[in-house]
Amino acid sequence: MSEQLKVPTMAEYMAEGKQPEILFWVGSAGSYDDRAKKITKAFVKILNKANVDFAVLGTEESNTGDVAKRAGNEFLFQMQAMMNIEVLNAYDIKRIVTCDPHSFNCLKNEYPNLGGQYNVVHHTQYIKELLDSGRLSLEGNTYKGKRITFHDPCYLGRANSEYDAPRDILQKTNAKLVEMKRHKGTALCCGAGGAQMFKEPEKGDMDINILRTKDALETKPDIIATGCPYCNTMMSDGVKFNEKEDSIQVLDVAELISES
Amino acid sequence: MDYIPNILFAIILILGIGYFTKNIKKLVRNIKLGREVNASDQKGERWKNMARIALGQSKMVRRPIAGFLHVVVYIGFIIINIEVLEIIIDGLFGTHRIGLDFLPVSVYGFFIGAFEILAVLVLVAVVVFWLRRNVIKLKRFLSSEMKGWPKNDGNIILYFEVVLMCLFLVMNATDTSFQELGHGNVVSQFISPWFSDNTDTLHFIERTAWWLHIVGILIFLNYLYFSKHLHILLAFPNTYYGSVEPKGKFNNLEAVTTEVKLMMDPNADPFAAAPEGTEDEEPAKFGASDVMDLNQIQLLNAYTCTECGRCTSACPANLTGKKLSPRKIMMDTRDRLEEIGKNIDANKGEFKDDGKQLLGDYITNEELWACTTCNACVEECPVSINPLSIILDMRRYLVMEQSAAPMELNNMMTNIENNGAPWPYNQMDRLNWKDE
Repeated sequence: MSEQLKVPTMAEYMAEGKQPEILFWVGSAGSYDDRAKKITKAFVKILNKANVDFAVLGTEESNTGDVAKRAGNEFLFQMQAMMNIEVLNAYDIKRIVTCDPHSFNCLKNEYPNLGGQYNVVHHTQYIKELLDSGRLSLEGNTYKGKRITFHDPCYLGRANSEYDAPRDILQKTNAKLVEMKRHKGTALCCGAGGAQMFKEPEKGDMDINILRTKDALETKPDIIATGCPYCNTMMSDGVKFNEKEDSIQVLDVAELISES
Repeated sequence: MDYIPNILFAIILILGIGYFTKNIKKLVRNIKLGREVNASDQKGERWKNMARIALGQSKMVRRPIAGFLHVVVYIGFIIINIEVLEIIIDGLFGTHRIGLDFLPVSVYGFFIGAFEILAVLVLVAVVVFWLRRNVIKLKRFLSSEMKGWPKNDGNIILYFEVVLMCLFLVMNATDTSFQELGHGNVVSQFISPWFSDNTDTLHFIERTAWWLHIVGILIFLNYLYFSKHLHILLAFPNTYYGSVEPKGKFNNLEAVTTEVKLMMDPNADPFAAAPEGTEDEEPAKFGASDVMDLNQIQLLNAYTCTECGRCTSACPANLTGKKLSPRKIMMDTRDRLEEIGKNIDANKGEFKDDGKQLLGDYITNEELWACTTCNACVEECPVSINPLSIILDMRRYLVMEQSAAPMELNNMMTNIENNGAPWPYNQMDRLNWKDE
């Protein structure tokens, strides 16, 4: 990358005796998956641009345990949760932002009764906050007039009833937002949730991401926007399956905003 | 001798309500076979949910055609039942249309007129419902779990309603004094000419319709327990006890928390004796393999399900041809619970092991592993049923008690255990993206 990203860690903040405004929870996909790392960097670029005083846990971060919980392994989930909570509480973390709706849901809803109480926001909510407070502004030319359809991630939408934040910020790119027939509460899953990302699907007559991509293609979009690294993978695969990868991009909301 | 009809009526009424009460007690007993669950929080929110979702039908109308028709039948059902109150009083005390003694003719006429119009609307709605099930053949009524009894059950209910509505209209049409009143016979005045002018014959038809109407209602009441139609009662408690948390929040198992805390406590003695008083306790079973492992709200959910299939028609796994159907999960849970209930009845109140369980004999691993936990089924359910919570509890049993997860998932979990990520990457490389 041409410009240098500023990514301070909590350990560095601690050494200086300072506390950041917010902790950026990168998540496993955002840390290791090649496609998701681009989303992570796009979001950091936004944070840098808005002069947000943030930090990451870096090598002290571990998997939230979310996927283990949904696979049925409550033991592994709680082990992971308690280890993470120990680290988060030691740093006296108050507020967390993450680009992964699964981490978002898990940290926000399932950590509190294990002793981890934080104010957790999804990156689309945080970007909206930055835009609303004027800390971040967009030129709004890059995507002007482009047709964008937003695929609701299950763990942001149905699971936590956040449908507006991603749409509100996409509006600000001056793009033309088009809705799929199934959207918001009735949005179809991309097929990755509930640990499906890590296994072969059961026998059926179609893969779920193919069906969901069909929904998206019906809107004749230039861009399919998502707010989840797993949805991104599934929709990208769906677009490739339809041999449309040259005409349709699958981008995270953070990537769209960082280029706007 | 004049009292014979009154006594007969009282006997029928007592039998009808008595048998129904007996079955409801059985239903409560069966639900109590489940684990106890605390739902004493957020009472205000819960009452609001019940008022909005059950009484207000707010989720029904999301599908406009079915929703509108259902609201018609629902309002018809509730309002026409006011008439049943009059029938019961008349039956017990040998009066005729006691309402006329209390209300001005015009007000009484207004009520009966409204009932008659509703009865016609209900008839129309029921006919459309029947066509949707049997002629148009909507996909969600054709799934494999809807073969046999569930299909017949759906139709029987519709026939019941047709018969009851017709009896109500005939009863009014052949009631000469009511017709002479000239108030409230908005529909029945047109049916009246179909019958003979002979007063005795009319009276006989009117009495027959009257008796059949009330007997029909009592039979219908008792049919509920054996039918998916229980939802007309259970929708209310079910929406009250439905989750008031964000849908993505899955419960944390307390038994696991205790063990994990012990494992992570550096001062804990792994060989220490169990604390006083806990020696005889059975070790907690993780997850669910049978209905007794589910909680009471999940079992109430199963009895409340009316098999409408909205959940299944929104399920991504089902839409792409996988075996999973959230409706079947609920029907299987109910059928297994009923089977256990009958077992208990047959064995003098004790459950005798029948070598069967919910997992395997009713619900297969393949169905459970097809779920994406997307909450579409939960979102769709018009009466706040949560099939996903049952799927999760059964996955927990498969993973924690049987280590029976698909191999790829075992690999993923081993990775998390070893390096804190679902992939085999080193934890020390977690921040490498920054410099790439």
